[in-house]
Amino acid sequence: MSDTGSVVIETDQGFIHSAGIQLAKFAGIAIAGLAAFIYLLWIIAGDAGSTTSGNAIDVENNSITIALREEPPQLDANRATDASSLVVLAHVMEGLLGYDIDSQLVPGVAERYEIRADGATFWLREDAFWSDGVPVTAKDFVFSWKRVVNPETASQYAFILYPIKNAEAINSGELPVETLGVRAVSDRVLEVEFERPTPYFDKLVAYLTYFPVREDFFNSTEGRYGADADMLLYNGAYLLTEWVHGSTMRWVKNPSYWNRENKGFLDEIRTAYITQDINAKLNLFKDGQIVDTHLLSPMLPTAMEQRWPIDRSMDGSVFYLEFNHRNDRITRNKNLRRALQLAQDSNELVYKVLKEPSYLPGVSLFPAWLTGVSESFQKEYPPVRHQMNVEKAREHLELARQELGLDEFPPLMMLAGDTPISLLAAEYYQQLFRKNLGLEFRIDVQIFKQRLEKMRQGEFDIVLSGWGPDYNDVLTYGDLFSSWNLQNRGRYNSSEMDSWIRIAQSELDPQKRMDAFGEIQRLLYEDVVILPMYERGFSFVVDSRLQDFRRRSVGPEVDYNYAYIDSSSD
Amino acid sequence: MLSYILKRLVQGILTVWFIATATFFAMHNVPGDPLTNDRAMTDTTRANLEAKYGLDQPTTTQYLIFLRNLSQGDFGISFVQENREVNDIIREHFPVSAILGVLAVIFAATGGVLFGALTALYRNRLPDYLIMFLVIMGISVPSFVVAALSQLSLVAFNNLIGFTVIPVAGWGTILHMLVPAMVLGLSTMAYLTRLMRSSMLEVTSSDYVRTAKSKGVPATRIFTRHQLRNAILPVITVLGPAIAAITTGGFVVELVFAIPGLGRYFVEAVQQLDYTVIMGTTVFYGAFLVFMVIIVDVLYGFIDPRVRLET
Repeated sequence: MSDTGSVVIETDQGFIHSAGIQLAKFAGIAIAGLAAFIYLLWIIAGDAGSTTSGNAIDVENNSITIALREEPPQLDANRATDASSLVVLAHVMEGLLGYDIDSQLVPGVAERYEIRADGATFWLREDAFWSDGVPVTAKDFVFSWKRVVNPETASQYAFILYPIKNAEAINSGELPVETLGVRAVSDRVLEVEFERPTPYFDKLVAYLTYFPVREDFFNSTEGRYGADADMLLYNGAYLLTEWVHGSTMRWVKNPSYWNRENKGFLDEIRTAYITQDINAKLNLFKDGQIVDTHLLSPMLPTAMEQRWPIDRSMDGSVFYLEFNHRNDRITRNKNLRRALQLAQDSNELVYKVLKEPSYLPGVSLFPAWLTGVSESFQKEYPPVRHQMNVEKAREHLELARQELGLDEFPPLMMLAGDTPISLLAAEYYQQLFRKNLGLEFRIDVQIFKQRLEKMRQGEFDIVLSGWGPDYNDVLTYGDLFSSWNLQNRGRYNSSEMDSWIRIAQSELDPQKRMDAFGEIQRLLYEDVVILPMYERGFSFVVDSRLQDFRRRSVGPEVDYNYAYIDSSSD
Repeated sequence: MLSYILKRLVQGILTVWFIATATFFAMHNVPGDPLTNDRAMTDTTRANLEAKYGLDQPTTTQYLIFLRNLSQGDFGISFVQENREVNDIIREHFPVSAILGVLAVIFAATGGVLFGALTALYRNRLPDYLIMFLVIMGISVPSFVVAALSQLSLVAFNNLIGFTVIPVAGWGTILHMLVPAMVLGLSTMAYLTRLMRSSMLEVTSSDYVRTAKSKGVPATRIFTRHQLRNAILPVITVLGPAIAAITTGGFVVELVFAIPGLGRYFVEAVQQLDYTVIMGTTVFYGAFLVFMVIIVDVLYGFIDPRVRLET
């Protein structure tokens, strides 16, 4: 009976009582010690990347607080490729042309311009200044553009300057940088020579790769251009005055901005939060800490309960299933592709599977918001009215089987991204094609960069892919499936397609040019190059006191350039 | 003693070297590289970028260059944050993670010891059942759920009061830190509570406690000197690795509460195949973990005289 002792101790009420009191004392000491320690930490941590917390809208100081999705990698416009950098740069810098509140092209640094078959001329305004008071001149554009195409800069967006004479040759190291077809006739006149006619050049110069960079300032940054708030010169409606990496930014109204009567009404915009977590953003909005956030469909009931005015916008991008057209793939067989085309319907995907109310079912590579000659492109050139037809699909599948000389189809590889929407869509198509055609698909889920690499290597039969616009012209989508486009990762190759794209690139007559896009759209359907899935949109909410905030399809996804506070509309 | 520490340090360095090497080659064998981007690049642009970052060299050469730079404490420049040195990223963001982590560990340790002692003292009675139920919840509910729920409760709480008492997310003041730290420390606290409880119960039935009791030593003295002090040893053993695990594992909490810590860079670097940042954070975290374990082992010798540190 050696362990009876413990039993005695445990059941000894007096012991428990006094030990309990002792424990309570310890707890008290611990809590006091903790409080003291926290106070100490508070003092130490004072400057370790603090985010200023304030209210979403500060009427008194005429300022707002927003959240960014990601930390901008860097703010060198010549090299930036991501959406967050675009959002910041679109507020603190300005190109030759820009977009007004309704996404129409308007003068920026250039007060007027002329586009001819062989080139273009831009006349710069007198009152456009850099943030250090020096005027923005044509030389700043020449320096910037030469820097972009210089192979040493290795700008990933250099291709967007290829319409300029010799740009492509310079970028691939065949010609010296000095031969670029752009020169400053004077401080205020910029002359551009084209490689080939480029009727949409005005839309290109609104893109951030074309933004100006001043040579003497650039050299003074010693390779750190755009790395910090003081490593950049500004000429936009706002100035970036503070940038704590990974944490906060402060955009302040630019007092010397030429167009301050129409743009940049807020004294200050603070990006106090950087998070990709959409639920966190929703909570911040609910708590009155940020002015806007977008919503996913599961959040809509909450938003309606709160009686928030929910708005919608298209984010500009189109998502589609892209086939692998390489020789060693059975998806090269057109009857197989036709069978898959006939066996699916994007309406079902969007309305029954994804259930995102702001998404539109995909009907074409060219999304609904694009303009044609004078009105909506889809109105002027209606896409083929697709009808799901399983019976016909099976006939085409049988033809494909005979043409390919197969007894039965091997499992096909479907490459997908790791986002919830992408997975949902992939699983839907997997079961749809199994049910309708008896075809087996293996879903290969990869994170972003690995999916891109597998696309580049051609390790797929079908890939869930998508495209977002760079500039506001049909061509931003239109040349995707040319044989020379590196973006054409399924290696679709058709001389008919190529010839239509050549016309679309260079034709000066708007009607003939749009006709070419109409043909491209037809060919994409008839040749089953892709299967459109959906056009992405966002439901979003904005603080009702903030007027004229915009979410855009082209340009920055969120635009506060025209926003102002109206405290009366509470 | 000194030779023991030296030996452990050499072992530690070898461990870190092994971690670095394994990560390096695993990383280079993943499809794609840091340059892969949405917009396809021309061969010339790619070649230029590869030359700029030294990616055109064979992997073994890159490895040797990496080792040489590592020996000088230089991890290079991030591929994504193109103008920032990895060392700067670690220097700027690790303090945030560390503060959050230390706070979380303190919460976890104090809570764990107190609750553990309490449950042991009131074994099989209401406080025990209640706390053990919460402990099981704390261990089994993943931190992203707890984080999201606590954030939601904060919103509700602030709405109830009428103004923002405790910030919902962000970083800067002590009020920003409290809730994330608690969420981060929760599962460790639950784990420590269980550990403390079982260790307490073991001590309670030991001979020396019975002897002390029979000698007529006062109850509070038995409780603090004989029971608590001995029962706390296993808790201290796991504390070192727990500090490292909490400090490095705060990614979810950092994401949900928009905290500019290093965890976010650690995870995003992997997704973006940002080679230099992956290596920098992995080696840094690896070294940190190894170092913490060594410190605990050494400290253990002081706390428990029975442990002799010998070579």
